Formats: sequence, structure tokens, C-alpha cells
Amino acid sequence: MQVDWTDAIFSVLRDWQVRQVAYVPDAGHSDLIRRCDAADDMRLVPLTTEEEGIALLAGAWLGDQRGVLLMQSSGVGNCINMLSLARVCRFPLLMLVTMRGQWGEFNPWQVPMGQLTPKVLEASDSLVFSVDDPGQMGQTMEAAARMTFEGPAQAAVLIGQSVIGAKSFGK
Amino acid sequence: MAEMAEMTDAMNGVLDRGRAADYPLRRREVVAAMLADRGDMLVVAGLGAPVWDCTAVEDHPLNFPLWGAMGGAAVMGLGLAMAQPDRRVLVITGDGEMLMGLGAMSTIGAQRPDNLAIVVCDNERYGETGMQLTHTAGGVDLPAMALAAGFASAAGISSDNEFKAALPAIRGARGPAFWSIKIRAENNPIGAMPPKDGVTLKDRFRAALLGAA
Repeated sequence: MQVDWTDAIFSVLRDWQVRQVAYVPDAGHSDLIRRCDAADDMRLVPLTTEEEGIALLAGAWLGDQRGVLLMQSSGVGNCINMLSLARVCRFPLLMLVTMRGQWGEFNPWQVPMGQLTPKVLEASDSLVFSVDDPGQMGQTMEAAARMTFEGPAQAAVLIGQSVIGAKSFGK
Repeated sequence: MAEMAEMTDAMNGVLDRGRAADYPLRRREVVAAMLADRGDMLVVAGLGAPVWDCTAVEDHPLNFPLWGAMGGAAVMGLGLAMAQPDRRVLVITGDGEMLMGLGAMSTIGAQRPDNLAIVVCDNERYGETGMQLTHTAGGVDLPAMALAAGFASAAGISSDNEFKAALPAIRGARGPAFWSIKIRAENNPIGAMPPKDGVTLKDRFRAALLGAA
């Protein structure tokens, strides 16, 4: 039985008392979204576009709540200008990005933003952590959460298609 | 000088084309009235004139004035309102800023925070960039959009009587509540500015709300 990487993420979010879970959904996040929905102390906030999550979580932090933003790699492109809010004000911002267009992608329309995702995040002053082995998820998430909330900093954990594939297509 | 006169003529031409040049309500007075006796209300101000209007009343630590992040004011108010459910959160922003983040209306409508109020000071113009007409000058109805998105209440205000009657609701009606206040298209001297440094704005807000770290 493989380590359940969704459990590993959820447990870090719970340890860090994350309260607002903002997302534009991706299939790779669906288990995590279900887990967060079932948690009494987490509030799911579906967004119409990912940049809303940057501003939402800035407001949450002003009000003393921690949050996380879930999106797929195409959503990173929608966030670029709003990321300046996190950077200029040094709001803690934890992003979990499921990758498309990266590893065995069947849809060429996903490839440009998938390839740009780490570059855009680095250019926007985000810390970038990549996870390509499900067994690394827990410690990577913990490292990213610690640097985000104790920095404060903005950090993105990129969940590779090899990980999502191991989850979604292996059953 | 000749160029300046031409520019002024061109600007007046733009102003004259819309109706908003004659609207009776004035933005500085409207914002001052909303922020008088603000109690422990938390305020997010959208970039541009709403920031100058709020700061003209007082550079209050429980204002979060946005110098950028266009389109983010309303949803920032949502995050704050959900984190502080016992405090009234008032977002004061402009029509151009609200139009850039219309999806936020749906996001707020889906969450229905009862302590969130959004007021758009609607001069039907992009005021910081030369007073170009916004979509509201063409009839886009923001309160109707907010109602359709699931706000508990939404209304347009265009007269002083309507505004005075709405003031208690702006401060206390069950949210999410939305008002579009039609204000005169005018450029005021900016006057007092809040700090530009984002870390200062964040830290002073949190200290005023949560106590010393």
C-alpha cells in the first residue's frame, strides 16, 4: 500500500490550523477537497478564478486565519498581477498546484502554462517546491507550510503528474 | 499651455458625454458619512479614489487601503469577514475596480457572509487614468448583478435622501449586502495618502485588530 499523499497534505493543513481552503478545482485535488469539506474547522471557498484566492487569503490573514489555495497549473497564469499583493505586503500564501502539461500530457493546450508555471512563480518571488514522488509529499508540505506561515512567505508546492497519475490512474 | 488647454477641453468633453457630471452625491461626503461613527468596523478600500476618500476621513489602522491588486477588494473583504465573523466588514471601492473582479460577486454570493457589506462609489469612470467611461456608464447594473449572485440585499442609490435612508443598513444590515452609490464624476485633490508600504499596512491592521503580536 502506497503512502496516501492526500492524507499527507491534509494532515499538514490540519497541523497548521488552516481554516480557509480556496480552490478552483482540479481532478488531482478532488480527494483533498473532499477531506477538507468533511473537516468541521475548514471552510471551502470555491473561486471563479484563481487570483481571487490571493486576495481572499490576504483578507483571511488580516483577520488572523490561515488559508491555502488549490489550483492547477493553468491557474497560476491567472494569478500573476494579484501575486503582487502577497509580495508587497508579505502576506503568507500557501499554494498547492497540480501540474498539467508536464509529464505525459495528452492535451497540448495544457503544455504552455504547465511549462511556464515554475518560472512564473519564481519570477513572482514564490518559493517553489516540486513533488514527483508521493512519498515525499508529507515532508515537502511541512517544509512549505513552515516557511509560508513562519516567514511569512509565498510558497507553491507543485504536485507532479507522476504523483497524480499514481493516484488517479493506478486504481 | 496650449496643450494643457486642449487636454482640459478633451477631459471636459469626456465628462460631458456621461450623465455622471451632474449626479448630486459627492464622493468625499458619501465616504465621510459612511465612516463617521464607524465603531469597530473593518474597512477595505479599493485602489484609486476610494483610498484617497477613506484616508481623507482618517488614516485609520483598521482601513486596508489597496494601492494595487485591482479586482481584489471585494474578495479580500470576504476573506476578512469569514475570519472575523463578529465584526462588520465594509468594502468601499470603485466601479472600475468592481468590474475587474465581477466573479467575486459569485464567490461571495456562494459563501453568504452576513457581516460583509460592499459599497461601490460609482462615478461611471476610470478616475485615475483620464476619466474614461466604464461599463456602468453604458447601463451595466451592478446591484442587479449582486442580487443575481445571491447577495441578501442590493440597491442603487442616487439621491441624498436615498443615501441617508440607507446609512444604517450600510453599517448593519444582514450581509452580504451591496450598494452602488452614483456619485458625481469629479477629480478631487488627492490630499492625504495612507502609507504605501504594504508590510506597514498589514502589521498595523493586525495590531489594531488582534493586539500586539
